[in-house]
Amino acid sequence: MCRFSRFLWAGAVCLLLAFSGMQVAVADEFSGLESGQFNTIANTVSALVASGNSQAGAVIDALGKRHLFYSPAGGVFIRSGSTYVDARTGQFVQNTPADLKPVRMNNYVRQVLASANAELELLSPQDAVRLKAATQMYAQHNPVMLPAINHALALEKNSRVRLKLEQASAAIVLAQPMKTGDEASRLAAVKALGSAADLEARGVLSAVAMSDHETAEVRKAAADTVSSIDLKQRLWSILQNAFYGLSYGSVLLLAATGLAITFGVMGVINMAHGELMMIGAYTTWMVQQGIRATVLWLEPVSLLVAIPVAFCVCGLLGILIERGLIRFLYGRPLETLLATWGLSLILQQAIRSIFGPTNIAVVTPAWLSGSWMLGSVDITLNRLAIFVFAFLVLAALMLIMRKTSLGLEMRAVTQNRRMAALMGIRTPRVDALAFGLGAGLAGLAGVAVSQIDNVSPNLGQSYIIDSFMVVVFGGVGNLWGTLAAAMTLGMGGKILEPTIGAVSAKISILVLVILYIQRHPRGMFPVRGRGVES
Amino acid sequence: MNALSPSTTKSFPGAIRMAAVAFAVTIVLAGASLLPEANPLHVSAFVVSLAGKYLAYAILALSVDLVWGFAGILTLGHAAFFALGGYAMGMYLMREIGTRGVYGNPDLPDFMIFLSWKSLPWYWWGTDHFAWAMLLVLIVPGILAGVFGWLAFRSRVSGVYLSIITQALTYALMLAFFQNGLGFGGNNGLTDFKDILGADLHSPLTRAVLLVMTGTVLAGCLVLSRWLVSGRFGYLLVAVRDAESRTRFLGYRPEQAKLLIWVFSAMVAGIGGALYVTQVGIINPGEFAPANSIESVIWVAVGGRGTLSGSVLGAVLVNCGKTLFTAWLPEFWLYGLGLLFLVTTLFLPQGLMGLRYHLATKRPEEVTPEVSNPEGEEA
Repeated sequence: MCRFSRFLWAGAVCLLLAFSGMQVAVADEFSGLESGQFNTIANTVSALVASGNSQAGAVIDALGKRHLFYSPAGGVFIRSGSTYVDARTGQFVQNTPADLKPVRMNNYVRQVLASANAELELLSPQDAVRLKAATQMYAQHNPVMLPAINHALALEKNSRVRLKLEQASAAIVLAQPMKTGDEASRLAAVKALGSAADLEARGVLSAVAMSDHETAEVRKAAADTVSSIDLKQRLWSILQNAFYGLSYGSVLLLAATGLAITFGVMGVINMAHGELMMIGAYTTWMVQQGIRATVLWLEPVSLLVAIPVAFCVCGLLGILIERGLIRFLYGRPLETLLATWGLSLILQQAIRSIFGPTNIAVVTPAWLSGSWMLGSVDITLNRLAIFVFAFLVLAALMLIMRKTSLGLEMRAVTQNRRMAALMGIRTPRVDALAFGLGAGLAGLAGVAVSQIDNVSPNLGQSYIIDSFMVVVFGGVGNLWGTLAAAMTLGMGGKILEPTIGAVSAKISILVLVILYIQRHPRGMFPVRGRGVES
Repeated sequence: MNALSPSTTKSFPGAIRMAAVAFAVTIVLAGASLLPEANPLHVSAFVVSLAGKYLAYAILALSVDLVWGFAGILTLGHAAFFALGGYAMGMYLMREIGTRGVYGNPDLPDFMIFLSWKSLPWYWWGTDHFAWAMLLVLIVPGILAGVFGWLAFRSRVSGVYLSIITQALTYALMLAFFQNGLGFGGNNGLTDFKDILGADLHSPLTRAVLLVMTGTVLAGCLVLSRWLVSGRFGYLLVAVRDAESRTRFLGYRPEQAKLLIWVFSAMVAGIGGALYVTQVGIINPGEFAPANSIESVIWVAVGGRGTLSGSVLGAVLVNCGKTLFTAWLPEFWLYGLGLLFLVTTLFLPQGLMGLRYHLATKRPEEVTPEVSNPEGEEA
């Protein structure tokens, strides 16, 4: 209380100073610094912080950097460069006394200084600074800081900072050994700490729950809170994994839509699809390198430039593959499967010969590198962007399929190739364009993958089986089915992961899909109609 | 259009001739390897084990051909059965090491001690008996194939769908076997074998005997397969391959025929895997890799699908090519393999055997099969 009233008093003086512009001698607050006594200096530092003097921050900062000097004749000065500022007023000093000595320091002063610094941050006018200081104190739970925290708590208005301060105070209280009679305050502290629900709180609380010095009631409250924290942590980690699953599902979606289109329209299973993804990723890298070498100002958006480039490169390559290879194998889906597998081996080796067998570093632009915390879920922007991107691509694809003549022709060929040909649709052209579209989509998937995964010649192999499972699971030639299957497989695997392990999760998903196909051999959303081949 | 007309089931002379050739070659190689080293006809241990490896692969190719060439099931996961047979044999060989392992434990293989296991898992029971291990070589792939095939064929999963789930199956098995917890040595698999039935695995005599064994088994499988796919059952298979619904409407049960050949083929693949492990000296989860299965399909395609002898020829030729390529131009093996896939599917849909027929007759589609009992019927 004493400190608090002194603070008010000093605040009033400051106000007076600010308004009058007059130089009033408030010698007592700073004069301790002119002393040679460590204790006096330390006490002065504490008092200065508590006073809320507007110069306190500058003085403490200067002391920490050993820029604070005093004159035995009186006066405290802060060195800034080669000039000096009067510590009391912050005014520039013309005639510096000649016999300046640095204010003395020892470990005790340093310790006081550290907590004074933290205390100053707790009183900072900026919410963010106060929150950061409170978080830091919560993590350290150093008993020395308890008075400062309680002092700040009395003044705090911002609810988030208040919560953090309460948690910090509770952590300190609980970290100290129990004294007789403070059971109520400890119970309150357990409750306050329960709201933090992180590993820090769990550590403190489980120590309390184990301790022999606590009363049974406190121990029980702590144990209950620990188990509720564990539950919350598990829920959060499920959400976190669901988010990872969402982004993995988005990549699968991008990869599988291309496969689904080529299989839907032409009955071709393209085993080189993964390699087209890989080429998309390498195109992204080349675009980045090219932009870095030539038009530097485009660098931040190089990823956006890479999107259409990768689509075109892979799309053209796809048309080339269709004209040069696939069209000779129509009606023999199993042979196309082998031929495209051969093609995938050649493409892999070609990339390995040109770019080397090791991973290349595709840069994630700064605007995609951050992350948001949603509760305890870390939403990384690159994964979020892939999610959004996949849905934009899917929406664009739906528009193409529904609103353009190419889409109409593709759907016609899918449903009944011969009838479509008789109606005047040039099916070879539709085939080439459909394959090009599918390959272009693989390129887009490659751009997306380059942001979350290693880019190496083996990239395609790691996605191809999952993409096939999506196509088979979802039902061929149905974009909604592909969407549902990609998300189910992506999220299912990641959500199972924490309970049964990554490999087992993958195996169970594969086995479940295999079993599902036994029941529904045409996937979740089979294409119906007379044109469907048996 | 089907890649092959039923005429190619006329492989009677071919398959038997190939069996004889395989047997003769192994006898000659084995004999030559036992000559003193100074003799100019001496064959090194490396060549013997290489030949053994090729012939084990030929058995795998034969099994793939049985299902793909005759029943039209393009399997992309047959290496799984091969590897399972190999693991069954590996378990026996592992137990044979006895106290000669690094840790000298008479009961537990080294890797289990390394992972501080206390006792053998139940599925290792009896693997110290050769006969039981040989039974496992047959029944483990057989049971897996039976369950998988029963589920798949009963619900009429076919064509590309079936190919993809066979691939998923072998992929799932690969992931499983990579785990240390499964009790099969994880990454490293089973290795460091010492002897088989008391005979030193590294001695020239054992190697020669193993090679002859492999050749004999291959010949036996060829004859057995030939017997299976000729006659009524063979014609039923080809009918299922070429027109499944029509066959069903005629009152046959295609799924039963498919299941039978599928399980038989898995067992043959398992035997191949077991022989492979004795001669290569290691089995690890890499054998389950989907790429291996697909590679075995190309052996069959190169030789000629639907011709039993062609699959053997294809396996040996492609693997010879692989050995030479990876020794001389390691960079180019994938190009070569990839081109092989492309050229075979585009220009040689019937493989080398088809080429031979083509050269011999100019009009392969008019070769009439030797039909012994064309009116074969089922209830």
